[in-house]
Amino acid sequence: MKKILALVMILTLMLPVLALGETEYAGTVKIGVYEPASGDNGAGGKQETLGVEYANFVAPTVELSDGVYKVELVIVDNQSSTDKAPTAAQSLVSADSAMVLGSYGSAVSIAAADIFDAAGVVAVGLSCTNPQVTLGNPLYYRICYLDPFQGTVLASYAMDEFGAKKAYTLANLGNDYDVGLATFFTEAFKGKGGEVTGETFPEGTSDFTAYLTNAVNAGAEVIFAPTSTTYAAQIISQAAAAGITTPIMAGDTWDSSVILDAAKGTDVKVSVTTFFDESDTSGAAQEFVKGFKEWLNANPDKMTDNGGNDIVAAVTALGYDGYMVALEALKAADSIERDDIAEVMAGVTYEGVTGNIQFDENGDAVRDQAFIKATNNADASWTFVKVQGIE
Amino acid sequence: MTDFISANLPYLLGGISVGGQYALISIGYTMVYGILRLINFAHGDIFTVAGFFMVYMSATMPLYISLPLTIVLTVALGFGVERVAYKPLRQAPRMSVMISAIGVSYLLQNLMWYVTGGLAKQYPTVPFISGTVTVYTATTKMVTLVTPILTFVLVLALVQLINHTKIGMAMRAVSKDFETAKLMGIKIDRVISVTFIIGSFLAAVGSILYFTNYTAVTPTVGAMPGLKAFVAAVFGGIGSIPGAVIGAFIIGISENIIKALGLTTFSDAFTFALLIFILIFKPSGLFGEDDNEKV
Repeated sequence: MKKILALVMILTLMLPVLALGETEYAGTVKIGVYEPASGDNGAGGKQETLGVEYANFVAPTVELSDGVYKVELVIVDNQSSTDKAPTAAQSLVSADSAMVLGSYGSAVSIAAADIFDAAGVVAVGLSCTNPQVTLGNPLYYRICYLDPFQGTVLASYAMDEFGAKKAYTLANLGNDYDVGLATFFTEAFKGKGGEVTGETFPEGTSDFTAYLTNAVNAGAEVIFAPTSTTYAAQIISQAAAAGITTPIMAGDTWDSSVILDAAKGTDVKVSVTTFFDESDTSGAAQEFVKGFKEWLNANPDKMTDNGGNDIVAAVTALGYDGYMVALEALKAADSIERDDIAEVMAGVTYEGVTGNIQFDENGDAVRDQAFIKATNNADASWTFVKVQGIE
Repeated sequence: MTDFISANLPYLLGGISVGGQYALISIGYTMVYGILRLINFAHGDIFTVAGFFMVYMSATMPLYISLPLTIVLTVALGFGVERVAYKPLRQAPRMSVMISAIGVSYLLQNLMWYVTGGLAKQYPTVPFISGTVTVYTATTKMVTLVTPILTFVLVLALVQLINHTKIGMAMRAVSKDFETAKLMGIKIDRVISVTFIIGSFLAAVGSILYFTNYTAVTPTVGAMPGLKAFVAAVFGGIGSIPGAVIGAFIIGISENIIKALGLTTFSDAFTFALLIFILIFKPSGLFGEDDNEKV
């Protein structure tokens, strides 16, 4: 009996050794995921994180010259809030992240830029479109287009498609993304000879009827409201209740199932610009959409994070591309040291599902077109409208 | 003239509706203050929790069960908070109870954050009051019209309760003089519990009306209406129920007028500037009793 017990114990002790024998990793490289999972932008942040997680599922390792490294994701929640974000960013730095991806929402990215910079960590913005994110932050890169571009695209679209001469803009006071994009839209719209009335609302506003009435009374032919999705749901449902049929437009933030749910069954017309379209027929994009949906349907928790459906958000595609760009950077540096990555980052290129990615001198991706989508209110889905560039 | 009315009617309707919702919350503040001299900071969060009760229960139950159950659970929560967080501190300095109230407020907020994951939940559609209605030239939700009427009816009932029932008499006695009322054999704890029950009931009704209009529920959504309802209570004279209601309507309507004037950025600033103004020039508010300390 004792002998058997001893044998069992020896075997138990040997188990970890056996387990080690199975994997032949040279080490682990940590990639920080700096995204909101709660707060005003929680819904979008979760979808962006899903893209990164799916990419990690597809490509769980990276091969450098001294062996294969396992890639581990360190995910934090910056709570969509600029005062809580620095703590989240600091925790990624302390967790030895070699690189950081994120965040959804430019304001929190700007708030964390100094912390990443001081620690020498390369950060790759996925869907943060405000110019201030990379401007003056040499280690902050991004793979999406910028707001001056997006604002101009939207202004052109408002004039071409809706024939609008008067626009009304609505932004959340003190939010860098909202106010920035509204300003760029206004500049472009006025530059084309249009008139703009602009207003801002304070944090925590629920009642938008007064703002919508202001828009109608100002004679606006299009309402531009690049707010976070929580406010967007209020704006759409209140516009529907007030019987307002003026087209509502917004930027990439509104490319979310929250918008589809709010607009479902109403007469409100919503159009958005975005980075990626699910119905894109190019090979890489289709493969990504198919693979992602399978992964999502196999994981009920992830499905819940995606808003309970398997619609592929543009930010998910960007999350996927961002992770792949990070792996390219690791390969280019052939190292997992922060300094080595920082040195080679500017030269990294990647053919992603959202298009070709290469960085300009500011660390911004060179992009010259945006997808425009509109809500289909009958069955809560997006209808692809067109690809719009700027003349 | 017609143009003027049709352009401005939506502001007025919105203001009255918002005012009614503030009123239902502010009664809870003002009654608790009247009895306990306590500003119940957790009140705004109880309002929000009521919203989440409804969201989660309506997912599994029909409306005729989930609606009353929401009210019952909210009342139970208000009652429970008083028993657990305030009653043991009855003899403690007033400041301790206030700090306990702030603690409860943060506890509830963080619990909601934990349970919901911090994401906005869509409030269910309540038939009839979610429907749209056209008033003259303005289209709005039915709830906009229902809110002021329901507020008026509830306040009327409440005033009757306070002026013409035994428990109402006890409440008046306790708010006049806590110690003497106790000596006269009034069961203080019972009076306080009833106060919290009424306050939470009104918060639950207010929450149903509010979220039917503004359909996204988040853990912090109650903070702003809660604060403004508190300002309304102070404006009307804290401790006075008609004062709180009138204060709430004035604040709701003024906020919308300010937005209509194009000063949207300052609409919240106005509310809080009003609070400072009142505290400086008429600390007892519109209908408040002068608070002469008896020696």
